[in-house]
Amino acid sequence: MTTTVPTRAVAPHGASSAPRARRGLSASRRRQIGAAYALVLPFLVLFVAMVVVPLVYAGYLSFYKKKLIGGTSFVGAENYLRALTDPSFLSGVGRMGLFLCVQVPLMLVLSLFTALALDSGMMKLAKVARLGIFVPYAVPSVIATLMWGYIYGPDFGPIAQMARGLGLGVPPFFSGTGIFFSIINIVNWEFVGYNMIIMYAALRSIPTELYEAARVDGASETRIALSIKIPLIRPAILLTVIFSVIGTFQLFNEPNLMRTLAPTVIGSDWTPNLYAYNIAFVNQDANYAAALAFLLGIVIMIISYAVQLGAQRKERRA
Amino acid sequence: MSPSPFTRRKFLLTGAAAASSAWFLSACGGGDDSPGQGSSGSAAPQVAQADIDKAMDTATTLTFWTWVPDIGNEVKMFMAKYPKIKVDVVNVGQGAPHYQKLRTAIQSGQGAPDVTQMEYQYIPSFTLGDQGSLLDLTPYAPADLQSQYPEWVWGQVKINNGLWGIPQDTGPMGLLYRDDLFTEAGLKAPATWDEFGAAAESYHSKNPKSWLFNVAQNQPGQLVAYLWQAGVRPFSFDGQQTVKIDLASDQAKTVVKFFGDLVNSGAATNDADFNDSWYQGLANGKWASLPIAAWGPVFLQGTAGKTSGKWRASTLPQWKAGDNVSSNWGGSTDAVLKLSKNQIAASQLALWINTNKDSMLRFANEQFLFPPLKSVLSDPQFTGQEAKFYGGQKVNEKFAQISDTVSTEFGWLPFMDFVYSNFNETLGKAFADKSDAVAGLQAWQDGCAKYAKDQGFTVS
Repeated sequence: MTTTVPTRAVAPHGASSAPRARRGLSASRRRQIGAAYALVLPFLVLFVAMVVVPLVYAGYLSFYKKKLIGGTSFVGAENYLRALTDPSFLSGVGRMGLFLCVQVPLMLVLSLFTALALDSGMMKLAKVARLGIFVPYAVPSVIATLMWGYIYGPDFGPIAQMARGLGLGVPPFFSGTGIFFSIINIVNWEFVGYNMIIMYAALRSIPTELYEAARVDGASETRIALSIKIPLIRPAILLTVIFSVIGTFQLFNEPNLMRTLAPTVIGSDWTPNLYAYNIAFVNQDANYAAALAFLLGIVIMIISYAVQLGAQRKERRA
Repeated sequence: MSPSPFTRRKFLLTGAAAASSAWFLSACGGGDDSPGQGSSGSAAPQVAQADIDKAMDTATTLTFWTWVPDIGNEVKMFMAKYPKIKVDVVNVGQGAPHYQKLRTAIQSGQGAPDVTQMEYQYIPSFTLGDQGSLLDLTPYAPADLQSQYPEWVWGQVKINNGLWGIPQDTGPMGLLYRDDLFTEAGLKAPATWDEFGAAAESYHSKNPKSWLFNVAQNQPGQLVAYLWQAGVRPFSFDGQQTVKIDLASDQAKTVVKFFGDLVNSGAATNDADFNDSWYQGLANGKWASLPIAAWGPVFLQGTAGKTSGKWRASTLPQWKAGDNVSSNWGGSTDAVLKLSKNQIAASQLALWINTNKDSMLRFANEQFLFPPLKSVLSDPQFTGQEAKFYGGQKVNEKFAQISDTVSTEFGWLPFMDFVYSNFNETLGKAFADKSDAVAGLQAWQDGCAKYAKDQGFTVS
């Protein structure tokens, strides 16, 4: 897929004719360049104002310390060193690492499976199913969490009532380990459809000739899925993996809302994001929160990069 | 974010106060030599009545940040009285979001309101240090203001010689109980906590699916009210940099052990409160009583409508037989920011809506804010109401009597957000895990003391 770009760029003017060509094309070419910048400008302005400037400011903040009594002082890397030995931050990152290992594979396998099922063309009401699986993504996570909070409810939730009716124990949705899986379930419910749509779109762009050829060779539908479809949508799958890695480490809304139901199980440091938020707004320590946010960003970058690198190496070997 | 338990007083689910669009931006810090600089309060001269009259007759726009539902009604009464003053009521959120935005606006020096809703326990955090952001209202207030309030209410706003807010509502603690369930179990509203504890054991043994009461694992506001009632004074702040944190005193340990033991024995539940499951529990008889503040009766009426007529209100059980002492949970004031460019008009708004009797009766009877003003607490229009939900009992009268028994001189720390949030991870967690509550109390004390030291306070 990378081959088309150089040919287009190089073909019209070789190295020797470049200056002349540039002069000759200048009017229209310059207009094109101008148009390109003009089109990018709105984004660039917003990007600088809303991302770059706050980032720089947060970076600046992270090197200072402000006490309620005694004011602000420059402390160098102290906030970062403190974060690296802060058990709350480290356990939050660890918890999200575990969350990543459990939740993301589960979600992506489900997404891939439903995408393949829809793409197989063997389903009736495929459009309805596709929409139905995608709808949870359109539900704001706040609403979704409130809804699941009710479903999980230990006294009057439907599951608890059913379990009691059958003479079974009430499932411990809000216990120390239970809450972990309760939140995994909510996140899966929310994002399976989203990832499915990405994979499904990629599946639709595969030329059908490949399937015909495979069928002529006697490949079964399962074989086609495993040997043609999945390898060909690997870039899309990689994309969903990276989105999921980022999303997992930034988990915030779901645990934050579940805290009203399980306030002592989900501590203020349950996820790194929740911890940084509480440090900033409850403990009033924006400086330390800025350092935590930067460290978290670095962790996400490293893991995303590792995932990408691993995938590329695999591709090269394949 | 912590579930900000201390703001639960605003239970009314009706539409929030209408937020108007026009924003008055006070452009810069009130650097002029306005009276009342510094949190320890200066002996600023009284503002002359002529200056007040002049300010109230000058076209002015005030911004008022508040979450109180329908407060626009009282503000309209104020604007009718002073037609030159226009007030924009803005709701920026309730509880934690409100204070976060307020702090941000104060820090940036722009966009802060003139008048703001302020809960009692937050006042010290906004009068902190040299940069205290609240205006000392002493020079603007009439001389007889103090005499209009019960002593304990005045003590909540007059701190270190400054008057930092005008009380709007309070939450004296009482006990709401299910008369039918009590009668069935052969119980009477217990006079002491000892009796209450024994009743909790016997009640639950007779009713395996119901409990006498709940010890909320996430409710520092309620627990602090219990401590307050028992005479514990865990917090104080001198307005400069010295704080006292004494949560783990022997007296406090006795209180906490009492509740911890009931939770551990199973005689009391340890559910998180103010969530859907808790509301349904109240409506479905999971608990036979609810120790709650004066804003509780109307809240319960809205939550457990189908139990109408079965509830009664009573005083809290006492720690010492023969006493009649209560405490406070919740309520708030209206405070004026130093940044305000219209300090006179702003302070008159805070004063007028909260001391004019018609306005206060309206707050009490239409918005169900429990009044701090003595004149309203004794007004038959307020106390005479018979509540159907409580079997025709005059609940307002009951709580008005309780308001007289709230013990005085309860102080706060300038960082109650942290103290309350830390509760969930220490004492609240001990309640939740049914582990040693006294150890949880000690952990709470240690967590708060450590935070105070980290922030540069001197801890005494």
